[in-house]
Amino acid sequence: MNALPGLAWRSLANRRYSAGLSVLTIAISVMLLLGVERLRHEARAGFLRSVSGVDLIVGARAHPVQLLLYSVFHLGEATQNVSWASYRAIAAAPGVAWTIPLALGDSHRGYRVVGTSDDYFEHLRVAGGQPLRFAAGTRFAELHDAVLGAEVAANLGYELGDPLVLAHGAAAVNLHAHDEQPFRVAGILARTGTPVDRAVHVSLGAIEAIHRNWRFGTRIGPAPTRAELARVDLTPRAITAFHVGLKDRAASFAVQGRINAQREEPLSAIMPAVALQQLWGLLANVERALLATAACTVLAGLLGMLTAVLATLNERRREMAILRSVGASARTIFALLLAEAALLTAAGVACGVVLCQLLLALAAPWLGSRYGLILPVGLPTPGEWRLVALVLGAGIAVGVLPALLAYRRSLAEGMSVRT
Amino acid sequence: MPAESPPPLLRITDLRFAWPGQPELLAIPRFELQPGEQVFLYGPSGSGKSTLLNLVAGTLVARHGRVELAGRDLAAMAATARDGWRADHVGIVFQQFNLLPFLPMIDNVLLPCRFSARRRERALRRDPALADAARRLLAQLGLDQPGLLQRPVGELSVGQQQRVAAARALIGAPELVVADEPTSALDADARDDFLRLLFAECAAAGAALLYVSHDLSLRPRFSRSADLVALNRAMAAA
Repeated sequence: MNALPGLAWRSLANRRYSAGLSVLTIAISVMLLLGVERLRHEARAGFLRSVSGVDLIVGARAHPVQLLLYSVFHLGEATQNVSWASYRAIAAAPGVAWTIPLALGDSHRGYRVVGTSDDYFEHLRVAGGQPLRFAAGTRFAELHDAVLGAEVAANLGYELGDPLVLAHGAAAVNLHAHDEQPFRVAGILARTGTPVDRAVHVSLGAIEAIHRNWRFGTRIGPAPTRAELARVDLTPRAITAFHVGLKDRAASFAVQGRINAQREEPLSAIMPAVALQQLWGLLANVERALLATAACTVLAGLLGMLTAVLATLNERRREMAILRSVGASARTIFALLLAEAALLTAAGVACGVVLCQLLLALAAPWLGSRYGLILPVGLPTPGEWRLVALVLGAGIAVGVLPALLAYRRSLAEGMSVRT
Repeated sequence: MPAESPPPLLRITDLRFAWPGQPELLAIPRFELQPGEQVFLYGPSGSGKSTLLNLVAGTLVARHGRVELAGRDLAAMAATARDGWRADHVGIVFQQFNLLPFLPMIDNVLLPCRFSARRRERALRRDPALADAARRLLAQLGLDQPGLLQRPVGELSVGQQQRVAAARALIGAPELVVADEPTSALDADARDDFLRLLFAECAAAGAALLYVSHDLSLRPRFSRSADLVALNRAMAAA
């Protein structure tokens, strides 16, 4: 019956407040569901983006996930270092195209300090193969030069030439400052959407310099003077970890096997994508719990709609009787109520999609700075469309109950409104 | 040779009906209604008037007997076909609350045309558009004051609502108009107005009128009347 959607719509419009509340409930639950899905999806994409181009990550023997987390995502700490000799040996091994050394452990106002070399700016790839770009300034020229990630510069308000002091350890509030050797902002990187944005980069030599006469996390002798530092060899004795790029990616397994099996020093070489898979494996239950919670709120929303439709069913017996009297079949009554549930669900889902986008747009700056998650605002992804379709299907399925009740009653009672 | 009389519009034969789990409510051996006839069917409350109207309109089906409407046995039809038959041939006016509150007056009148192509066609025979047909009927029923059509139907007086319902029953000229106590909520003046207009419009459309009421004072206005209590063997037995 072509008149059906119109009738369902006008009947709903007549009950706009209760219908509006049903739509709102569904919208909020759909917003939550899509938000969780978007977060899950973008977390994966963002993490993968952070390790694009790196074939192996090498560090002291550790669980692959732990190594991945501290070396790339600045989460957690290394328990052991890699000796400089081992690093140089692997860097010079056949098949190795480039390496990026990483010396971690210091921080600046809550942001991690990454001691590294020019190889970092040369070889690190972000966002699907893009090299790092400088928004301002250059790489390290002097020993006490620092290159800031985009977010560090933006949030702390640094500009080229500004001084900064590094702190020992990763805590945001730190008693042990390397304040006798202040640094200078030499470069600021363009935004990447990866942990690079939240790092303060200095040279390996600088890391070595600020730790001269330090043992066990505290100063044990006089601070070295600038003149002294110019004289001494600042080649580090150890680094925390390093990235490896291979000439031939297919050799990854062979090189990984060789590093893991060498006897000189217990090291772990991991393939980032594999370690990420392990990480997702560990987080799968959490993800599932989040999705299940969101799915339950959707269910609650749909049950709310069911309650609203069922509650009106009795007071609408007259409406059904009138429709029957002018020729509507019991099937039409069924379809009318089903169309109503479908309309409510569809409106709720549409509002939910819009609300989700609004929420993402509002939360994007915070999520970006706090967790490095870049959540693009835009049309739903295929995964989200699938969820949308599922919710619509569930809404229509829920609508079958009142539709069936009205159908049976209009068959049993005809046009009589028996009270 | 005697002229063969035309077939009745409505013929009830050996009809028996009971609501589930209840004693038999209706047992009517025979009842007929000729095309264009205006019949008063008297029945006190509880006598099964409304149930009988459901059976005539095909929204209920008796387990026994025949209800032939416009030449078809309703019980022999599939449910959807029966609903279509009702939309094509019957207009119904209830006691009160006849209108869908969320539709404008014209749309309420045109409801049967949404469900019946036949009624749509017949309504368009005299008027260029369906809305014109509805407006003409409403005007003939005295609902042509300026601004009235735009009013939400819930704001109309009961008498006005009943006249809108009559227009709905008459649109597209069905052969049978069934009225179930349509004046019981009206005062005497409104009742007289309503009946006069209903008779006139049924006659103009060539529709038969089956008017069911417990109000015996209306009986003299009809050319024929019947007593449901006398017709109904089930009642007589009880």
